[in-house]
Formats: sequence, structure tokens, C-alpha cells
Amino acid sequence: MKTWFAKTGMLSSFIIRRDRLRIALWMIGITFFSIIVPIAFTGLYNSQAERDSMAATMMNPAMTAMVGPGDLNNYTVGAMTTHQMLLLTAVVVGLMSCLLVTRHTRAEEEDGRLELIRALPVGRLAHLNASIYVLFTMNIGLSIMIGFGLFALDIASMDLEGSLLYGATLGATGILFTCVTAVLSQLVESSRATLGLSIAVLLISYLIRAIGDVSNEVLSWVSPLGWVTKTEPYSGNEWWPITLLIGVSLILVIIANYLNAIRDLEAGFISSKPGKKHASPFLQSPIGLALRLQRSGTVSWAIGMLVIGLSYGSVLGDLESFFAGNDMLKQMLAMEEGYTLTEQFIPMLMVVIAIIATIPPVMAVSKLYGEEKKGRVEHFLSRTVSRNKVMASFFILSMGNGFMMLSLAAVGLWIAAYTVMDQAFSFSMIYGAAISYYPAISVMLGVALLLIGWFPKFISVVWIYVFYSFVVLYFGGLFQFPEWIGKLSPYGYIPQLPIEESHVIPYVSLSMVAILIVILGFKGYKKRDIQS
Amino acid sequence: MTVLKVTNLTKQFGKFKALNGINLEVNKGEVFGFIGPNGAGKSTAIRILLGMLQATNGHVTIFGKDAWQDAVEVHKRTAYVPGDVNLWPNLTGGEVIDLFIKLRGGEPNNRRAELIEKFSLDPTKKCSTYSKGNRQKIALIAAFSSDADLYILDEPTSGLDPLMEQVFQQCVVEAKKEGKSILLSSHILSEVERLCDRVGIIRHGEIIESGSLQELRHLTRTQMIIETKQPITGLTELDGVHDIETNHQELKFDVDTEKLDQVIKHISAYGINKLESAPPTLEDLFMRHYQVTSNKVGG
Ligand SMILES: Nc1ncnc2c1ncn2[C@@H]1O[C@H](COP(=O)(O)OP(=O)(O)OP(=O)(O)O)[C@@H](O)[C@H]1O
Ligand SMILES: [Mg+2]
Repeated sequence: MKTWFAKTGMLSSFIIRRDRLRIALWMIGITFFSIIVPIAFTGLYNSQAERDSMAATMMNPAMTAMVGPGDLNNYTVGAMTTHQMLLLTAVVVGLMSCLLVTRHTRAEEEDGRLELIRALPVGRLAHLNASIYVLFTMNIGLSIMIGFGLFALDIASMDLEGSLLYGATLGATGILFTCVTAVLSQLVESSRATLGLSIAVLLISYLIRAIGDVSNEVLSWVSPLGWVTKTEPYSGNEWWPITLLIGVSLILVIIANYLNAIRDLEAGFISSKPGKKHASPFLQSPIGLALRLQRSGTVSWAIGMLVIGLSYGSVLGDLESFFAGNDMLKQMLAMEEGYTLTEQFIPMLMVVIAIIATIPPVMAVSKLYGEEKKGRVEHFLSRTVSRNKVMASFFILSMGNGFMMLSLAAVGLWIAAYTVMDQAFSFSMIYGAAISYYPAISVMLGVALLLIGWFPKFISVVWIYVFYSFVVLYFGGLFQFPEWIGKLSPYGYIPQLPIEESHVIPYVSLSMVAILIVILGFKGYKKRDIQS
Repeated sequence: MTVLKVTNLTKQFGKFKALNGINLEVNKGEVFGFIGPNGAGKSTAIRILLGMLQATNGHVTIFGKDAWQDAVEVHKRTAYVPGDVNLWPNLTGGEVIDLFIKLRGGEPNNRRAELIEKFSLDPTKKCSTYSKGNRQKIALIAAFSSDADLYILDEPTSGLDPLMEQVFQQCVVEAKKEGKSILLSSHILSEVERLCDRVGIIRHGEIIESGSLQELRHLTRTQMIIETKQPITGLTELDGVHDIETNHQELKFDVDTEKLDQVIKHISAYGINKLESAPPTLEDLFMRHYQVTSNKVGG
């Protein structure tokens, strides 16, 4: 028992040394992002009147579903930062933890590197605990950096306790998702499944909290992200949710250790079924294989998109009745002729949906390079399948994927909205607003293809571009970004249906751009060396 | 002295029985060859020896300690080289070797430099750029530069070129001279034949033969080519004679080694002009067992 943890320390420093750049980038990135926001708010919303009018626009179920509850009656810069940013940053910190834990536990094991380590005089549980330890340290470090960083801004409404609590909330969320992923990595046999499941837990926590915050307080208690907003830094300053998060984390650590101690190396508890003896005729083409490789991933994402659509749609009913009982707000927000107040929230929902719907197709097309790195594309290219055909297979598949994801979210949203609203939206309005983002998604896929064709090592740049697009479109209004910043993203050209008029020009020109970069991508892929 | 003792080891993966009550022993200063067809259960057994898999039934003791319970203690004196070596893409070969040495609790020593030289490895390259053989060399260097008492090698030469294969064999011979024990699983039977004192053959999770090569040779057939003054009769009826081929005056056939005496007596009556016999190789021995395997469906 004592030797089960032998050399944990040495393995931790090995992880840190190997990942120092990655760790530094995550920590600096998140800290920077957290600190820049209150600075921007002080500049943009200097007077209490400005902040109060912002609070008034936030005071509706749709916004609560997005960002959680906040102290809207006392909307100081601190309260505003907490309300607008805390939950979202917590999700990012959770995502960071999911990614890093998967990378250091199940991925390491699946690739056979843990086997070499385990053959050395290293404890059975040392590697798991080294990964947990590194992530704990990282998250605590993040809490401290953010806590003191925010306090150092010297903004009146941001006192030391609130700042430290803000940091601690983020760190505790990271710790919780570290532990969730650690448990999941014991249960399933592949790193893809580990990451997929842990992100699913994150997403479901977010959605449960969204529905809970809007309509059912009890539901929010089920979700760890519900606890996050209950800390209320800079207003209520509640520390007990932190205790709750850490307490649950420690239980999960014990479970993860127990499961790891009793299982075989490279095994899980949910084992993969034996497959078919022969390839179906369908599998024998590159497109069939590309599809088969991502089948379970695609199905999970499809369900996820439908659920996201349903969740957002279900909030619209609350929004409608909220506006119906609030005449003052009606006057304040009634800017557009001929549109109901509820309709005005559609564009904002659609941007978020469109960007989430971009993730699975970009993953699908990136798989082309992932397979190449693992030396598996060679099997095709050495068997008289041209590069064009291989790339086209992955590309066509991802285009189909994007279309499906967008459609499913739209259908989900419409179904839920239809059920809960008195004056239901027409299906064509909702579906049109969603699908109008398809040209922008195509451009993103083109960018991915271009990178795979010319600079495959930099494929992750496409994720930065997706993230950039999310930030500028989601926060564009809040931070009052100049228009050109939004125009650097393909999503910035899409008319905001239904409140803006639909033009043909942006769709046509985005499609042209997409076609052009796709062709370039194919050209590059044809010329370059295949890596192994 | 027994270094490694496996008793009645069984391993079940769900409904599938990968190992079915195997028994093994490796003594001090001995090289033990562990051979068997693909999927026979060699790697599974080795992973149980290393405490990575838990036995469903039976015991494994190494240096008198339990392989699962006291894995860390056992590993302090054990070195392992797998057939597929996967390394961290952005570390150099030298860094990985040092990491392994450090995790064993040792310090980089001259053995390391000597072996790098011998295996002609460039330790400054990133692991992602190494070829399969070069990755394997890294694991071999890390293993042989440690002063382990037991080496567990699972197809350690599957990617090495013939020159490096020789260097590897030297390393094994040296280790043996120093009184160390080696468990070597390999499909390169000439290597096993040259290095191993004793061999165990595993098939379908069961040890079907084990013993010294001398002993095992008795279980197989000797090939004979003879030419006699008078044509031989009655050879087909003789017990233990197989696969007779006639080529002009020459006769070619296989004899069960245990029946050799009777057969020679029989043929000598016809006046021998020429007699060539080839001793059974490990390959012949193995082929017999392989063929039995491949006749069965599945595996
Ligand atoms: N985790 C597992 N789950 C189910 N079956 C397994 C598992 N690991 C191994 N097996 C099965 O156990 C059997 C033995 O596998 P093992 O890897 O030990 O063979 P081997 O003798 O090393 O073969 P090779 O010579 O090809 O390396 C195989 O049939 C294999 O499919
Ligand atoms: Mg094997």
C-alpha cells in the first residue's frame, strides 16, 4: 500500500517539465483574460447609470440561462465582472482540466508509454496521482494569480476577499473537473472516450444549471456549475460552495484511486465490444472509414447539439412570459419594429449555436491529420487511393457533419420553443436563422483544410480562430468592440436573422472564399510530404 | 536458485481465457526462452509478471516476492523491454534514457555511454523522429545500463537490424555471465536457440513443452537422406517414419527422434551408401506445434 505511490513526486516534475509551455500558456491566458475584463468594464461602463442600464438588459431569463444569476440590483464593476465572466471562465478552466488530465492519464496509457513507466520501480497509483497533483497545483496557482491579479487592479468594488474568492471559485472548478476526468479515465479504455465523456459532463452541468437558474432552483443544486455562481464574489462572498466543490473532488480522487488500484493496465470497466469479423462493403472506401472512425463521436455530438437546442428553446417560454408581465422593460427594449422581444434574442442564441456547431466538423476534418500522425493515412495512399480522394472524403464528411449539427440544434430549439411558447416561432424562421451560418462554418472548415494542406503542425490555429470568433461575437456588444474586429471572423458577416434583413451577398462571398481556400488546401496536401 | 516462479497462472479477459494454468520457473544465471504463436499469451503472461495485470488465479513470485503486491520492490531489480516502444514525441532519446535511469533510482553511468556507442544511437534526436528500431534501442540501453537481476524482454529485437541484433545478443551473454537471469520472448528462433538454456512453448494459453533444448529435441524428428545398395522395403510400415520422398536412388524422410535406433537398424540391413542427417532445429520443433495450432480455427 505504501509503495503504491512511490515516485509520485518525480513523475509530477516530469509532467511539469514536459508540459511547461502548455501549462504556462493556459495559466497566463486565463489569468490575462480574467484581469482584462474588469479593466475594460471600468473604461466602458464608468458610471453607475451605464452599469444599471446594462443590468436592465441582462435582467431576463435568456441572459440568466447564459451567464447565470448575478447581483443586478447592485451592479458594481465587481458584480458585473462576476455576473458576466465567472461562469464562462469556470467552463474554460474546467475544459483545460479535462484536456490536460486526459492527456496525462488515459492517453499516456493508451499509447503504451505508461507501460514503460509501470515496469520501473514506480507505484501503481503514482502516475494517476502525479497528474492529479500537477493539475491541483496548476489550479491553485491559477486561483492565486487571478485572485491577487484582480485585487491589484485597485478597483473600488473589487476588494481582497471578493478577488480571492473569484480566483478560488475558478480553481475549485478546475479541481473538480480534474477529478471528474480522473474517474472517467479509469472507466473507459480510450482517451477519446475519456475526453468526450468529461466534456459531456461539463456541458450537461452547464445546461442543467441553465434550466435550473431559470425555472427550477433545485436543479441548479445538482450541477457543480450551479455552485459556481452561488459563491457571488464581490457581493455575497460565499465560501461554502468552494468547500462543496473541494469536498466532492476529494471523494472523486478516492474513487479514481480505488478504481485504478483494482484494474489492469490499459483496461477499463466499460470495455469495448468485439467488432465485426469482416469490413462491410461500406467501410472499404476512405469515406466509409472516415465515417466509421468518428461514428460514436458524431453520434454523441449530434445528441449534444439537439440537447443544446432544446435547452435554449425551453428558456424562450420563460422569456416570453417575463416580457409579457413587464411593460417598462417592453418600452426600453422595443427597438425593432415588427419583432417580438423574444425574437430579439434569437440572433444571440444563433451565434452561440453556430460556433458550438463548428466544433464537431472541425474535429472531423482535423482527424485527417490525426490519422496521418499515427501513420494510418499511409495505408490508403499506398493502396492506389489518391490524396485528393482521401482529403475529399474527410472534407465532404465534415461538411455533412456541420450541416447536421446546425440543423439538429435548430430543430431542438424550435421543438422546445413550440412546446413552451404561446406565440410559437415559425420553423422556417428558426431554421433559416441557424442555417444562415453554414457558409461561415464552411470557411472555418476551409481554414482547417488549408492548414492541413500547408502547415499541418499548426492545425490548432483553427481552434484559436474559432475561439476568437466566439469572443468577438459573443462579447462584441458587451465590450463595444469596433466593427472591424468582428469582421475578422466569418461569422461577423452573417446577417442577424430575424431582426436584420437577409442579403445574398455575404452568403455568396463567404462561400466563394470557402471554395477558394478549400482548393488551396487540396493543392498543398497534394504536394507536401506525408508524416508518420 | 529460482528467481521467478509461476504457478498455475490463469488470466481471464471477460469470457476469454488468455492463460490457462501455466507453470514456469527461471533460475539464477539462466536465459529462458518463451516462445509461441501469435496470440498465445506471451505478452499477457509477461504483463502479469510485471504486475500490470492481475492474475485471475495462481501465483507469480519474483525474488520471493509477489509480482502484484510487491511490484515496486520487484521492479527495483527487474528491467523490461517491450516489442513496441512508444516514447514522448518531444523528448530526446537521451532524456528518456536518463528519465528511466532516474526513476530506477540510479545515476547516469558509463554503462549508458558505452551502450549508446555500441548500439550507435544518436541520443540528441527527438523521439518523434526515431525509427522503430531506434526507439527499441532506447529501451534496450535503459534496460542494460541498469544493474537489474532479472531482465524481462518481450520481442526486444523485432525492429533491430542484423548488426544490432548481434550487439543485443552480446548484451544478453554478458548479463548471463554476471549471473543475471533473462526471460526472453521472441519469434526469432535462431536467437532463442543461440541464447537460451531452457525454452517454454506456449499455445492457447497453455505451456505445451518446456525444458532444455536438448530435452526438447527428443520430442521432434530428425531428417534423413539415405542411399542404400539394395532398395529398401518395409519402411512405410515402420513406426515413427514420416513424409517419405524418393529421388532416384535417394530416399528422404523424417524420423521421430525417439524411434531413431529402430529405423537405423532396419535400414542398415540394406547396405548404406550414403547417410545424411540433419538435427532438428528449434524451428522444426516449433513448426510442429504451429501446425497443430493453425489447424485449429481461431486463436
Ligand atoms: N485486454 C484484453 N482483452 C481481451 N483479450 C485480450 C486482452 N489482451 C490480450 N488478449 C487476448 O489474449 C491473447 C493473448 O495475447 P498476447 O498479447 O499475450 O499474445 P502474444 O503471445 O504476446 O502474441 P504475439 O506473439 O502476437 O505478441 C490474445 O488472443 C489476445 O487477443
Ligand atoms: Mg506479444
